[in-house]
Amino acid sequence: MYMAIFILFAIMSIAGAIMVITLKSPVSSAIALIFVLCCIAGLFALMGALFMAALQVIVYAGAIMVLFLFIIMLLNLKDEILGEDEKKVTRVFGSILGIAFLLEIGFFVRRALTVGSESLMYPVPEQFASIEVISTGLFTKFLFAFEITSVLLLVAIIGAIMLSKGEGKTEY
Amino acid sequence: MSIGLEHFLLLSGVIFTIGVIGVIIRRNAIVILMCIELMLNASNLALIGFSVFSGNPDGQIMVFFVIAVAAAEAAVGLALFVVMSRNRKSVNVDDFNLMKW
Repeated sequence: MYMAIFILFAIMSIAGAIMVITLKSPVSSAIALIFVLCCIAGLFALMGALFMAALQVIVYAGAIMVLFLFIIMLLNLKDEILGEDEKKVTRVFGSILGIAFLLEIGFFVRRALTVGSESLMYPVPEQFASIEVISTGLFTKFLFAFEITSVLLLVAIIGAIMLSKGEGKTEY
Repeated sequence: MSIGLEHFLLLSGVIFTIGVIGVIIRRNAIVILMCIELMLNASNLALIGFSVFSGNPDGQIMVFFVIAVAAAEAAVGLALFVVMSRNRKSVNVDDFNLMKW
């Protein structure tokens, strides 16, 4: 049962990811990416990380991708401006490089799993990291990183505002 | 047959690789940013897998931070693209080789 759900989500997420990089229009890519994010959230839920699945859907698919779609709409670029020129050599070279990279990852995953202990292979447990456990860790062990994250978000807000404000001359 | 860590790691590797290929072959800057999000998600999947299969919830807190960093990165990156398209009327990365030579 778990295996069937896993295979379903895995196939859907890989197909969606391929659609993200092959579809012409950026809007189609964004919709496909939202689909991939929802599939990955399903995989999180399958592993019992329910809070992270909810966070993935709300923050990633909800907030970040809406920002992407909003910017695509705001730029309103025509097809010739988008200028997706077909460079076949780049495409072939990129695919070869990507497949080599995948083999490398596969090699190290295989080696890590054979060298490591067998305890890594037990079946998926029931939900073990509840929202309580995560928030306790967040506010005790990772408190400093949590606070630094707030500074990072503040810097990102200021940076985004300063960048998009322009030098005093607003055309819009 | 039950699912093991290797299945999730393999899926994570495949999605990460698709993201890498997308960054290499696409010329549209917004799609490149989306491929970076794809790679971040693949790493999130691997982190959650390690966290669940080793019984340590710290990995999920790392995913929390990765999502926060991804949000900041998307905000700044998209603001950069707004400025780029305002200056050059294009978001094709081939048009932005100012610092190349």
